[in-house]
Amino acid sequence: MKALVLRDLRLAVRAGGGFGLGLAFFLIVVVLVPFGVGPEADILRRIAPGILWVAALLAALLSLDRIFALDFEDGSLPLLATSPLPLEAVALAKAAAHWVTTGLPLTLVAVPLGVLLNLAPEAYAWLLAALALGTPALSLIGTFGAALTVGLRRGGLLLSLLVLPLYVPTLIFGAEAVRRGGEGLAATVPMLMLGGITAGTLAVMPFAAALVLRINLR
Amino acid sequence: MSIWEYANPKKFVESTTPILPWLFALAGLSLVVGLVWGFFFTPDDFRQGSTVKIIYLHVPSALMAINAWLMMLVTSLIWLVRRHHVSALAAKAAAPVGITMTLIALATGAIWGQPMWGTYWAWDPRLTSFLILFLFYLGYVALWEAISDPDTAADLTSVLCIVGSVFALLSRYAVNFWNQGLHQGASLSLDKEENVADVFYQPLLVCIAGFVLLFLALVVLRTRTEIRLRRIRALEMRARRTGVSA
Repeated sequence: MKALVLRDLRLAVRAGGGFGLGLAFFLIVVVLVPFGVGPEADILRRIAPGILWVAALLAALLSLDRIFALDFEDGSLPLLATSPLPLEAVALAKAAAHWVTTGLPLTLVAVPLGVLLNLAPEAYAWLLAALALGTPALSLIGTFGAALTVGLRRGGLLLSLLVLPLYVPTLIFGAEAVRRGGEGLAATVPMLMLGGITAGTLAVMPFAAALVLRINLR
Repeated sequence: MSIWEYANPKKFVESTTPILPWLFALAGLSLVVGLVWGFFFTPDDFRQGSTVKIIYLHVPSALMAINAWLMMLVTSLIWLVRRHHVSALAAKAAAPVGITMTLIALATGAIWGQPMWGTYWAWDPRLTSFLILFLFYLGYVALWEAISDPDTAADLTSVLCIVGSVFALLSRYAVNFWNQGLHQGASLSLDKEENVADVFYQPLLVCIAGFVLLFLALVVLRTRTEIRLRRIRALEMRARRTGVSA
């Protein structure tokens, strides 16, 4: 399992892996928003948590279809399915690799991008914590979505239609935690809910993803 | 004689053939009775005026939008556990009806909201969760459309329906947390305290019965269509295999 995670990480970082693309996309979305809504610092400060979360969501979505598609095309996915490692563990490893290559860098990059959006000073710690806590859920849900659409040509668009509604609760609690943190209110409740979502998806999603992978590989 | 006998597609089609016209007739009858009664023979509400009468379309369609998803959830589970094709096809047949119900509920709600709240749309928890439900329906239908192999499609959409149900429920409570609403509480709860007044209640029940019957009739009709489509597909494939061109 560790070998699988390392292999996916190496593939993502090497040329053509698209490792930096998600981050660049994140940056561009955040830069575009002030052009759209205007440069007033107050407005930006108010919408910053939501913008950062939505942009992180979209950036994570961008790299989802790579989770299984390449392995499916070159035939290594059936090999993984017949290996002694259970398919659930394969799904978990894939989700972990996806998180390390997108969720973790997004979390770190969100802090300097918060400066661009004039995020409230008190909110930075909450932004870091909420993204660190919430992005694993994005990767896990996304792994399930990627497993659903793995056999389809042009599955990318369908993938976003399937996965984005599933992201709604994570987005709500994540952005709410940062907003409350920025306004100096107690943000424990949304943080706990966010942790609950991550823990729940961690427990269930590898099984759901393995189930649909087996159907797709049949 | 058990209910599972109707899981045989042939048996299902045969046994619903005599029922279907009655279902449509009863649905039409109760809708006409309920709507005419509601629109012309109930008094105007003293605060809302005649706009209150949208309730006869709004509440039943909203109810059926949720019930359609629940039905899809149950039939999906039956398909995954017992592998009855009729069950999977019924789930497929119910989805577009559910989408329509969701749209009717959203549209009538917007028309009702404009005179009452002064806005067509507000990011109220109930409104928002219906919008999210609509997105779930879209994803479900899109997945059915995208996969060509019928059994794979049935399996994958069933799993999506189950996972989606969990997240739809989660979203329902998450939006509650996110924003406080304009929408009133439950119109129909079993404890009578906060229900609508009796004059409106009785025609509303007739309308709800009409919507339930209409939903059943449409789902049965569409399931029969799906069964026949499946049969045509099988015949075409057999013809292709034996080299006889149709």
